[in-house]
Amino acid sequence: MTTFNRDAIERRTFAVLRPAIIVFLLLICLFPFYYMVLLSFRPLESVLRDPGALWPAGGEVDFGTYKDVLKSPEDGGQGFLNFIKNSFLVAIGTVVLSLLVAIPGAYAVSRLEFFGRRQISAIFLGVYFFPSILLAIPLFVFFTRIQQRGTLTGLLVVYVAQVAAVSIYMLRNYFDTIPASLEEAAAMDGCTRLQAMRHISLPLAMPAIASNALFVFMIAWNEFLFALLFLVERRENWTVSLGLSQLAGSIEVPTTVLMAGSVILTLPIIILFFFSERWLAGGLTAGAEKG
Amino acid sequence: MTVSGPTAPAGATEEAPDPVQRDRRYRPGRSAKAREDRRTGYLLITPTVVIVFAMVVLPILWTFSLAFQHVRLLNLRKTGFIGEYSLDNFTNVLTSPGFVDALVTTLVYSVAGTACAIGLGLVAALALRKPFRGRGLVRACMLIPYVAPVVAATFVWTTMLNPQFGIVNHYGTTLLGWNDPIAFLSSSKPISPFGINLHVSQSLLTVILFEGWRSFPFAFLFLTARLQAIPESLEEAAVVDGAAPSQRFRHIVLPQLLPTIAVLTVLRFIWTFNNFDDIYLLTGGSAGTQVVAVRVYDYLINRGDIGAAAAQALVLAAILAVLVTVYLKLFGRSEEVA
Repeated sequence: MTTFNRDAIERRTFAVLRPAIIVFLLLICLFPFYYMVLLSFRPLESVLRDPGALWPAGGEVDFGTYKDVLKSPEDGGQGFLNFIKNSFLVAIGTVVLSLLVAIPGAYAVSRLEFFGRRQISAIFLGVYFFPSILLAIPLFVFFTRIQQRGTLTGLLVVYVAQVAAVSIYMLRNYFDTIPASLEEAAAMDGCTRLQAMRHISLPLAMPAIASNALFVFMIAWNEFLFALLFLVERRENWTVSLGLSQLAGSIEVPTTVLMAGSVILTLPIIILFFFSERWLAGGLTAGAEKG
Repeated sequence: MTVSGPTAPAGATEEAPDPVQRDRRYRPGRSAKAREDRRTGYLLITPTVVIVFAMVVLPILWTFSLAFQHVRLLNLRKTGFIGEYSLDNFTNVLTSPGFVDALVTTLVYSVAGTACAIGLGLVAALALRKPFRGRGLVRACMLIPYVAPVVAATFVWTTMLNPQFGIVNHYGTTLLGWNDPIAFLSSSKPISPFGINLHVSQSLLTVILFEGWRSFPFAFLFLTARLQAIPESLEEAAVVDGAAPSQRFRHIVLPQLLPTIAVLTVLRFIWTFNNFDDIYLLTGGSAGTQVVAVRVYDYLINRGDIGAAAAQALVLAAILAVLVTVYLKLFGRSEEVA
């Protein structure tokens, strides 16, 4: 009889438990998305007949759902092609505008000594923790009154304001890591501040700028509340998120067709994510150590 | 030495040649550079300040004004900053049936959702701590629920949990022996494990689990980053001393993680407390899941009562501010030591 050895028992337990947990976690993370893709390829009747099928039956794969969901309503579809266009316009517009605003802002907060510089970043970050529903009320009222609610431009402006704070925070952290001596050397050679910024710090900050752009794109592409408040009455301006949520409530559109819509909504994000996962993970946790 | 312009703050360096100041700050060329930096700084920060001020700060101030006026969607065009101010909205909102319930639901949802997310994130971070082949890919997969669009995620969940053709109810009734399919997202039946009524409806439990599923990657990411920073020598020493894995976790790893967990708790609590999308998309606020954010939306859009919506949103923000302040007062001090 061996003696009671806590260490050995625990080691053996965890040796079994650990792979089991990893499999479980993978399952809960991936299965919903697998199920999404699966349903998007199965005909509705077959889903109703056999809801438990884990893969499509032989010869059952059907791309018709994608055609249905992309076609414009005039052709009997759901018009997702138009929604995709809207989502792209808003997301790309948000990225470009927010970078134009945030790069100089972040640079200033990181490098230049001016009155109120510390307070500014604190205030901006505070914005991030505000209930967006609180902000939604006055913006809803304001854009209704200037009759810009329902336009993509209105939504774009709101998005830029929402992400500016986070962008500045992320970019500033990166500018802080670029040695100031590089710019000082440029100043010796007669560069002005702005020239030094453009030719020295900006190229060095490109990784951070790229990851920030992806991050902002994802936020704008995924956003739901403001799209709902601003665009719901104007179907031609719906984003993919809004379109999917609005059509999900109706009985006429088959679930499998909407699953195709979900795949279309999710796919760009997943692709971008796997493409940039390393940068993004770093960007998200930047500053975590200090916290 | 010229007098500095009106824009320069008082006590700027270019004034009197006080010996101390001269020593510390006054060097030839330095002040001109400082002044130029300041000017460039203002120039560069202006676009951000303008857009954040116009689209965030002013609107928040305007919410206060709206909350004290009788503003409805119908008479919107006639309302301005100047109007009849009263506390009516607040008294109506605070005494209206369902407000306290919504507040309790919000609290239960935020606390339980935060706990689920951090708990699951911790388990995931620990399980994926030791390297193995393909770990990078597995880690990336862990983040998918967090980056996926909320509308797509909620739509898949509602379909999976559908009582008629959802896969969960299908296997629940055929494999697990459930008598009837469960209406996960529309049942207001309270759950009562071991006969204790928790006043939490089945639907509320479902949205809490959804929140845990969707947000655990965030906790996982932060905890993984922190785990990597723990020096290996500490644990190696503990192994030599014969400490079992659970003892090493309890006495070495956990104390290192606590500050990160504390920060995560604040962040997740704030975001869950303010969350609108998830519950609106999953249940629309029915079946005992109406949180305050969804209630505000209901007042704003369905009832068209802007004043009451604004008052409720302010109450929500105020309660959140109080809770976070209390938390930081209670735990903030010990954090600095840790």
